[in-house]
Amino acid sequence: METYDRLPIEPGLQRKHSVSIRRWFRSGDPWIWLSATAVGVSIVAVVGLITLIAWKGLAHFWPADVHTIEYHDEWDEYVLVGEIAQRESISRDLYQEFNPSDTELPPGSVRRWMMKTGNRKVNAPDFRWIDVHLIESKIQDPNMVVFERSEWGNAYGTIVELRESGQTIAVDDLWSELKRRVQRASSLRNTSEKLQKRSIDQINYQLERLRLQQRKRELRGNFETADLNTKQSELIQEYELHEQSLREIDEKLQRDQVVIRIANGSESIIELRDIEHLWRPNSMSFLSKFGHYVSTIWNFLTQDSREANTEGGIFPALFGTILMVILMSVLVTPFGVIAAVYLREYARQGTLVRLIRIAVNNLAGVPSIVYGVFGLGFFVYLIGGTIDDLFFEAAKPAPTFGTPGLIWASLTLALLTVPVVIVSTEEGLTRIPSALREGSLALGATKAETLFKVVMPMASPAMLTGVILAIARAAGEVAPLMLVGVVKLAPSLPIDGNFPFLHLDRKFMHLGFHIYDVGFQSPNVDAVRPLVFATALLLILIIIVLNLTAILLRNRLEARYREALQ
Amino acid sequence: MELPDSDISLNVVNLSLSYADKPALQNITMKIPKQRVTALIGPSGCGKSTLIRCFNRMNDLIDSVSVTGRIELNKLDIHDKNVDVAQLRRQVGMVFQRPNPFPKSIEENVAYGLRLTKEVPKSELESRVEWALKSAALWDEVKDRLKDTALGLSGGQQQRLVIARAIAVQPSVLLLDEPASALDPISTLKIEELIAELKTQYTIAIVTHNMQQAARVSDFTAFLYLGELIEFNNTRTIFTNPRQEKTEDYVSGRYG
Repeated sequence: METYDRLPIEPGLQRKHSVSIRRWFRSGDPWIWLSATAVGVSIVAVVGLITLIAWKGLAHFWPADVHTIEYHDEWDEYVLVGEIAQRESISRDLYQEFNPSDTELPPGSVRRWMMKTGNRKVNAPDFRWIDVHLIESKIQDPNMVVFERSEWGNAYGTIVELRESGQTIAVDDLWSELKRRVQRASSLRNTSEKLQKRSIDQINYQLERLRLQQRKRELRGNFETADLNTKQSELIQEYELHEQSLREIDEKLQRDQVVIRIANGSESIIELRDIEHLWRPNSMSFLSKFGHYVSTIWNFLTQDSREANTEGGIFPALFGTILMVILMSVLVTPFGVIAAVYLREYARQGTLVRLIRIAVNNLAGVPSIVYGVFGLGFFVYLIGGTIDDLFFEAAKPAPTFGTPGLIWASLTLALLTVPVVIVSTEEGLTRIPSALREGSLALGATKAETLFKVVMPMASPAMLTGVILAIARAAGEVAPLMLVGVVKLAPSLPIDGNFPFLHLDRKFMHLGFHIYDVGFQSPNVDAVRPLVFATALLLILIIIVLNLTAILLRNRLEARYREALQ
Repeated sequence: MELPDSDISLNVVNLSLSYADKPALQNITMKIPKQRVTALIGPSGCGKSTLIRCFNRMNDLIDSVSVTGRIELNKLDIHDKNVDVAQLRRQVGMVFQRPNPFPKSIEENVAYGLRLTKEVPKSELESRVEWALKSAALWDEVKDRLKDTALGLSGGQQQRLVIARAIAVQPSVLLLDEPASALDPISTLKIEELIAELKTQYTIAIVTHNMQQAARVSDFTAFLYLGELIEFNNTRTIFTNPRQEKTEDYVSGRYG
């Protein structure tokens, strides 16, 4: 009897328990939690990634303090001068494995700093790891000056003396005198650059056009060159004038030098013409540091790169990326929209159209490098080559359009993104209620009038969605660009003051490729790492800004048509 | 029911229509008189909407439709290959079951049909819009907000706007495909009053599910059943003294 009494209770309890879990599952709550978790993880990942990149990239521009550190290891004692570029802790075991004889090791994990010691010209390498417990003293000399040079990276040292044409100048305030003279040198340098970039480049451009003109005449059997020759000699005369003034500026630039004392106590000479910027971080207030920070970021955004892209700014890459994306959008939008309108509105909905639609969808999945190869073969060699044959006979054998360039890169990316535009435009067209089409047709509008006056405006948000997706995909694409127009270092921007101002045939620089080139093709990894982060941040920001603009535009349009679409 | 030729607006002769192989209308012959209201009634799926959509060739939009027989509008065959469909549709205006204003301003909605042709000069556009809105008994309600979006109007106002849009191009025939079925009773009443006024100038064909409505607004009534025209006569005769048994069953509410 006892067992009989008990038996029904236990299974009943069990069932109650399992029923409530099953009911919880059936209620759908677990799926809500699962979705919420997935969304949360995605947001954390995205925000975390951007924060990391922003932090690593932006910290680089802050004028860090320069430490003078006395340091010893088993063999010797050193004095190091530099910024702390990175801090990290490594495990005791790992440290002891490599330094078995170190007896001074304090308890706990081992801290190390990576010092950016600069002065690459004198003592390479310019980055060194030091173990914090081996530091004997660390001071910040308020007179320590950081020189950012146009070659050889940063130099750190204290000013010993200033020289003008080899003679020491006697002044009390060496720092203000130095700054004044650096100012003079940089304004001279600006003049010289302007002369080179504007006037001399322009003359070269015109000379090249004269040469082409002459060649064109020769091809037509016309050997009359007298007028061209006079023009040419005029240009050459002008060129020589400019060159003369360039030489004069150059002489002026060589006047000043500064002698500094560097970490190992020796003296080093820096030409003032080589100094891009100089500052004394140890005696700067927070506000002046901030000013310096802003101007450094500004320079990064607006200046050309130096030293094989490892220093200086990224303006050409920034410019190239934006110009390429805009050109791509201008090309892809009409093309994709027209294709979608034909497929959805005019084509007979049969097997053929279905096959085309499948093909378009599959096109979106083709690896981008394949597009690059296609672009090189079809656009560059075939179309570009034909254009050269037809219109640029005179320039041959040098190719004009038959070589990778901006227009081919934009076209290749337009081809890469056209499926996205087609698909979303088609979706937009399908969503327009047939009642509105009929309403327009019933008023005596033709199909085309209905399309332009009612259907297309209402489908415009969907078209913009397509363009947004296209931009997002195209701006981050690098692989195909390497084949059809992007280079490590472009000699000139695709837009300049020479007719026809927009040079579609030119090669250009791109942020995505810049990241690859700077980060992975440069010998000095430690020096460029922050630049990689900063460039990546900029690329992400550009994509975000381009996307946000398009999204805002789309939302405004969508608000206008929302009620009609319901 | 004999009418002199001059009083006939639409003359339908032996009209048959099928979707792919499925017949929808069979041998319809009827004469729709000028400046009268003709109601088409019948149970769902009997082909009354299909028939009315033949009059402005809206069925052309469907690929699988094939039509035989003739429809004459003022003695002209509307299927003649010289007939411009857009031109035909300007003469035969249509209002649909659900109000379908364009997502544009009230003014632009009414002017839409006018802007398609150069018939009305730009300077007269405004007065034409005003006239159309007045004819549709909507002017007083919207005259202060002509530039506002038409989607902000109520359902009944939207339907009257659509009627204004249709009469702005001055058609000779107005086709109303269940114009009040999506509206509340008051809006329905307004539409019915409007129909009574419009029939002095336009030939009106109205499809309706609502037999009281047919009885109230129409002068003639056609009863369709399974794609065939069962009976076509004066509304009074149809509702009080139908000749066919099917008609009587339907109007007395025995099926439908």
